[in-house]
Amino acid sequence: MKRDPVYGMMAEFDSAQALIDAAKHTHEAGYQKIDAYSPFPIEGLAEEIGFHHNAVPLVVLIGGIIGGLTGYLMQYWISVIDYPLNVGGKPTHSWPAFIVITFEMTILFAVISAVFGMLALNGLPMPYHPVFNVPRFALASKDRFFLIVFSSDPKYNPAGTRSFLEGLAPRSISEVPS
Amino acid sequence: MNEPYKTTVEDDRAPVIEPGHTFGTVTEKISAIVLTRPASNGWFAGFGIAFMLTMMMLYAIGYLFLKGIGIWGSTIPIGWGFAIVNFVWWIGIGHAGTLISAILLLLRQSWRNSINRFAEAMTLFAVACAGIYPAIHVGRPWLAYWLFPYPNTMRLWPQFRSPLMWDVFAVSTYATTSALFWFIGLVPDMATLRDRATHPAARLIYGALSMGWRGSARHWHRYETAYLLLAGLATPLVLSVHTVVSFDFAIGIVPGWHTTIFPPYFVAGAIYSGFAMVLMLAIPIRKIYGLEDFITERHLQNSAKVMLATGLIVAYGYGIEAFMGWYSGDRYDAFTIWNRLHGPYAVPYWSLLACNIFIPQLLWIRKLRTSPLALFLLSGVILIGMWLERFIIVVVSLHRDFLTSSWGMYYPTRWDWMTYIGTIGMFLAAMFLFLRLLPAISIFEMRTLLPEAEVKE
Repeated sequence: MKRDPVYGMMAEFDSAQALIDAAKHTHEAGYQKIDAYSPFPIEGLAEEIGFHHNAVPLVVLIGGIIGGLTGYLMQYWISVIDYPLNVGGKPTHSWPAFIVITFEMTILFAVISAVFGMLALNGLPMPYHPVFNVPRFALASKDRFFLIVFSSDPKYNPAGTRSFLEGLAPRSISEVPS
Repeated sequence: MNEPYKTTVEDDRAPVIEPGHTFGTVTEKISAIVLTRPASNGWFAGFGIAFMLTMMMLYAIGYLFLKGIGIWGSTIPIGWGFAIVNFVWWIGIGHAGTLISAILLLLRQSWRNSINRFAEAMTLFAVACAGIYPAIHVGRPWLAYWLFPYPNTMRLWPQFRSPLMWDVFAVSTYATTSALFWFIGLVPDMATLRDRATHPAARLIYGALSMGWRGSARHWHRYETAYLLLAGLATPLVLSVHTVVSFDFAIGIVPGWHTTIFPPYFVAGAIYSGFAMVLMLAIPIRKIYGLEDFITERHLQNSAKVMLATGLIVAYGYGIEAFMGWYSGDRYDAFTIWNRLHGPYAVPYWSLLACNIFIPQLLWIRKLRTSPLALFLLSGVILIGMWLERFIIVVVSLHRDFLTSSWGMYYPTRWDWMTYIGTIGMFLAAMFLFLRLLPAISIFEMRTLLPEAEVKE
């Protein structure tokens, strides 16, 4: 598939409030494929661009369950099946003694799933991304706020989208080459 | 962490961040320490000393590997000497970092944002120092990996009913979690450094570490969820770690160890010593790097209050130990208490009471809570006190147990001291490097504290 030479149209804003208002208007105007960039997390911004739920909690839950089962079953298999030790006739399946390691393994697997699950869902690491082609985008990690309408959006057209974004009173607008 | 700090209620407390800062100035100020500020002679001197102490530790450990643990003072009946004292001390210090980064996040204490980054670094380095001891004290350190369950040709498995095995899992989970939590917190700041660095090598390294972070709203959404979940997972974890460390003692039947007060009192003691270390690091760092605007009087006061509270829990623990010594009617328990107060280790015990209970009561005085110098000195006293506590628990309990015929004394050798002081050097050397290579304060979390970060729907 041939790549579209234009990735999208990007507008730059001065404040978090301006970005959240702009995101809201753009979404309400019917643009579906948009994204917003900010130097810190802004409460409610993801919802304004139509992103409500993420899969991180589910990944962590599954990771935690797998970790707990791994921890317990490992101890069970080792202590009861593969290497039973008879200490004064005490039961080999001494479950209270297995709880600590089961707990630690639950946490370990859940933590690893949270970190790597979040990165994977975000598609990171990603060394190249078209938004970095905009020189001013370097400020997105400092004090500027950006909104992009992707060229894959059905409503996208270079002139119309640009004039729509201009109506949001941004500081600057640039076309993002892909 | 999305809660901007609000000053709606009238209060005379110092602000979390001095007024007049913007996203730009916060970013500039913190990243300049790493990117533009030249390393001073003081930094080289400090790092040099710390590095030499690290070398001394490696020398002591090298000699240990050559000769065996006979070079240490540990001998029967005191099989656990400095190695376990220092292990518990270091791992306890680490706990404050997790408390600050995870528990205070869940409690929405946004003042934590200015100290969580270096407190987490402190955790990581303290756990690294702690981790050395169990590995080198086993006698045959090249076989330390036997602690982990792995299929082997001997067809042997570890004993999962032993608290020492629980400790292996607790501490390695804790080290992994602390490292990942710290790294994930650094990712957005790595992007800031990537975009601001001018040297191509710095851009490449910070760029690789930022993993292409671009601050997308979808990414932040998942990021915040993951961060919150990590905090929720780290909270029970950190409480479990020192609980499990205390099980190493409490599950045994030695008088002075076999007590149910140990888990809560160990956790409180860990946080107590950890905050003392946070202050001992924060006070010089804010002074030298001019970060008084971000690490304000408020942070010092709050940390002092946490120390006061956890110190009182620790005092309660000592009280209960003494009370149970009498109330249990067990002559060995009673003797343990008598021996602490009047035995050959009475001086360390009374010093412990002075350092951990009596002197820290000065923190009730507001003037001292707001004086960096007084807090620095008091924190030093508390760190010594908490070290003495572990010394008393390990050594004094073991040196006189049930049979008079097997009593003994413990005298640490110079190798013990070299290893211990060497780990302090390693810890400081790592801190020195951290200050120069990574942002010591979380830049993106500081931005959320500014009034301009506040948005209305």
